[in-house]
Amino acid sequence: MAVVFSKPKSLTDREFHYCPGCPHGIIHRLVAQAIDNLGIEGRTIGIAPVGCAVMAYDYFACDMVEAAHGRAPAVATGIKRALPDRIVFTYQGDGDLASIGMAETVHSAARGENITIIFVNNAIYGMTGGQMAPTSLPGQVTQTSPYGRDVATQGYPIRICELLSSLDGPHFIARVAVNNVKNVNQAAKTIEKAFRNQVEGKGFSLVEVVSACPTNWGMTPSKALAWVSERMIPYYPLGVFKDADEKEDRA
Amino acid sequence: MSEKVLMKGNEAIAEAAIRSGCRFYFGYPITPQTELAAYMARRMPKIGGVFLQAESEIAAINMVYGVAGTGKRVMTSSSSPGVSLKQEGISYLAGADLPAVIVNVQRGGPGLGGIQPSQSDYFQATKGGGHGDYHLIVLTPDSVQEMADLTGLAFDLADRYRVPAMILADGTMGQMMEPVVLPPERDAAVADKPWAVTGTENKRPHNIINSLYLAPDVLEKTNDERYARYAEIQAKEARWESWMMDDAEYGIVAFGIAARVAKNAVTHLRQNGIKAGLIRPITVWPFPTSAVTGACARVRAMVSVELSMGQMIEDVRLAAEGRCPVTLCSRSGGMIPEPQQIIACVERLAKGGK
Amino acid sequence: MAKVTFNEDRCKGCGLCVEACPKKIVVIDRDRINRKGHNPATVREMDKCIGCAFCATMCPDCVITVEK
Repeated sequence: MAVVFSKPKSLTDREFHYCPGCPHGIIHRLVAQAIDNLGIEGRTIGIAPVGCAVMAYDYFACDMVEAAHGRAPAVATGIKRALPDRIVFTYQGDGDLASIGMAETVHSAARGENITIIFVNNAIYGMTGGQMAPTSLPGQVTQTSPYGRDVATQGYPIRICELLSSLDGPHFIARVAVNNVKNVNQAAKTIEKAFRNQVEGKGFSLVEVVSACPTNWGMTPSKALAWVSERMIPYYPLGVFKDADEKEDRA
Repeated sequence: MSEKVLMKGNEAIAEAAIRSGCRFYFGYPITPQTELAAYMARRMPKIGGVFLQAESEIAAINMVYGVAGTGKRVMTSSSSPGVSLKQEGISYLAGADLPAVIVNVQRGGPGLGGIQPSQSDYFQATKGGGHGDYHLIVLTPDSVQEMADLTGLAFDLADRYRVPAMILADGTMGQMMEPVVLPPERDAAVADKPWAVTGTENKRPHNIINSLYLAPDVLEKTNDERYARYAEIQAKEARWESWMMDDAEYGIVAFGIAARVAKNAVTHLRQNGIKAGLIRPITVWPFPTSAVTGACARVRAMVSVELSMGQMIEDVRLAAEGRCPVTLCSRSGGMIPEPQQIIACVERLAKGGK
Repeated sequence: MAKVTFNEDRCKGCGLCVEACPKKIVVIDRDRINRKGHNPATVREMDKCIGCAFCATMCPDCVITVEK
C-alpha cells in the first residue's frame, strides 16, 4: 500500500489552534498542497493577517511574515519588489481584506502585483468573538448586528471577486468553497492555479474561499457547512470571475 | 575628495540614501518633502532600484515593513500628517526589530496644520508615536550636508541595532539649497541578516517576522531584550555639537533650523558681552543627556529654542535635574524664531528675569 | 484494499469526516478522550474502507493519512 493522502510537507507539525470543524485548517492544507505540488516551499514567503489566522506563521513551513491588520497586500508588495524570484502569498480573512485593508487590496490588484492572495470569507469576525463583517449577509445575526444585519443602516455585503474583476490589473480572480468534498477538490485546483500563475509571472491572483465559522455562527461544524451551501453560496456565487489566460485564448 | 554640489535638502537625503545602498523607496506625496519622492522616482529606475508611489502613507510604511523583512535597505519619507499615518507601521517595525529609515520633513500642526517648517513632531518621534514600548533612533540634521551625512548614518545604525531610524528634519532643511559633498557610493550588501525572510531554500528552519507574543512573559522578555539594546544605543550613539559652551554662562539647546538661528544669536550675545553657548543635539533619541546635564551644572540658565510650543524642553529639564532654570524660547505653527527673540530672551535672563 | 490512519491526538472530534465518508465507517469514539480532551474520530470496520480520502479531504486538522 502507498500513502495517497497525508499532511503536506509545507505545513509544520504544529497543531492548529482553530476551533473544532473550522475550515481554516482545510484551507491551510490546500495552500500547503499547492506549494508542495509546485515544489516551491524553499522560495515561498507567506504573509499572515490579523484575525483567526494570525498564527498562520507557525503553521506554514516556508518563511513567514506577520502583517498589521489589513496591510498584508502592501507587505507582500514590498517583499515581491525586493525579491522578484520568490513566491509571495497572503492569507487574509474578510475583516482584514475587505474592511480595514480594502485600500491595500484594491491597489495591489490595480497594480497587478505578481502575488497570490488567499481570501477566506466566513462572513464574520471570528477572533474577536463574532462581530459583523463586511461580508456578513443581510439579516445575519452577529454580536454587532444582534437584530440581524439591517442593510438600511449597516449597508450591504461586499462581493470582492465581482469588485476586483472590474479592474484591468488582476490576472486571475476566482471564488471557491470548502463546504463539501467536491468543492474542496475544486478549491485545491484553483488555489494551485493561483500559485502557478505567480510562478509563471502572470500577475495578481486572488482566490476567495467561502468558508464557515461554526463557533460564532452558533452551529455544529456540519450545520455550518450546510449553511454555506444554503445561504452563503447563493449570495457569493462560485466560479472564475477573471482569467486573463482565457481572454488570450479567445483572442 | 568628491566635489561640492548644490542641492535641496530633500534631494540630498535621496541621493545619500541611494549611495548608502538603499534601492527601495515607498512614499506618498506631501508638502514639504515631495522633492525626495520625485528624486527617487527619477533615479531608482535607472539603477535597478524600486520607486513606488503607494496608495497611502499606511501602505507605504507596510511596503517598507515587507522589504525590511527581506533584509534590504529601504526608506520612506513624508511630512507630519503623513508620518502620523505611518505610526502603526513604525510600531510594527519596532516590534519586529526591523531596520528601516523614515524621513519626517516636519510642517506645522496639529491636524492638517500648515506647510511651513516646524519641530512639533518631537514628542511623536522621540517618545513613541505609535503604540507600545519602543524607541526610534532619531537624527536631526541642521544643514543640507547633514541631511546627506545623517542619512547614511541612519541606515548603519538601524542595521547595527535592528531599530528603525528617523531623520527628523523640517521644511527649511528639506527646501533650502546648500553646497553638499555627497558620500561615496557604498555596496548594498550590508550587514549579515540571518533573521531575514528570503526563502528557506529548504536548508534552514523558517524565519518569522513577527511582533505578536500572546504569552505576556515572552512579550516582556522581548521588550527587555530590546530595551537592553536601547540602553547600549543611549550609551554609545548620543551625538551633539557643543558650540562656545566652554565658558558659557547661558546655554541654549536647539536642533535643526533652530540651532542655526541660535548660533547667530550666540554670536550677537557674545558681542554684547553675554557669554552664551549652544548645545545642538544631533540625535534627539538618544537625547544627549550627559552633555546637557554637565552644562546645566556650569551655566546660570538654559534656554530651549524650538519650533514648537515646547516639546524638547521636557528632555532639557529632565537632563538639568534642577541644576539651573530652563526657559522656553519658541515659535510654532510654521513660524521660525528670529535671532532677536533669542537674544532678548537671554538678555532678560541675564538681568535676573525669567 | 485501503487503510486510513488517524493521528488521534490532533483530532478535535468535529465530525466532518464522519459526514464525508460514503461507506459510513468513520465514527466519533464516545468511549475515549484524547490528549486535547475531545472524543476522537476513528474507523471501526477498516475492511470496508475504499481509500477515497473523502474523510481526509474534509478534515481541518490533518489527522488522517490514507493508504491504498
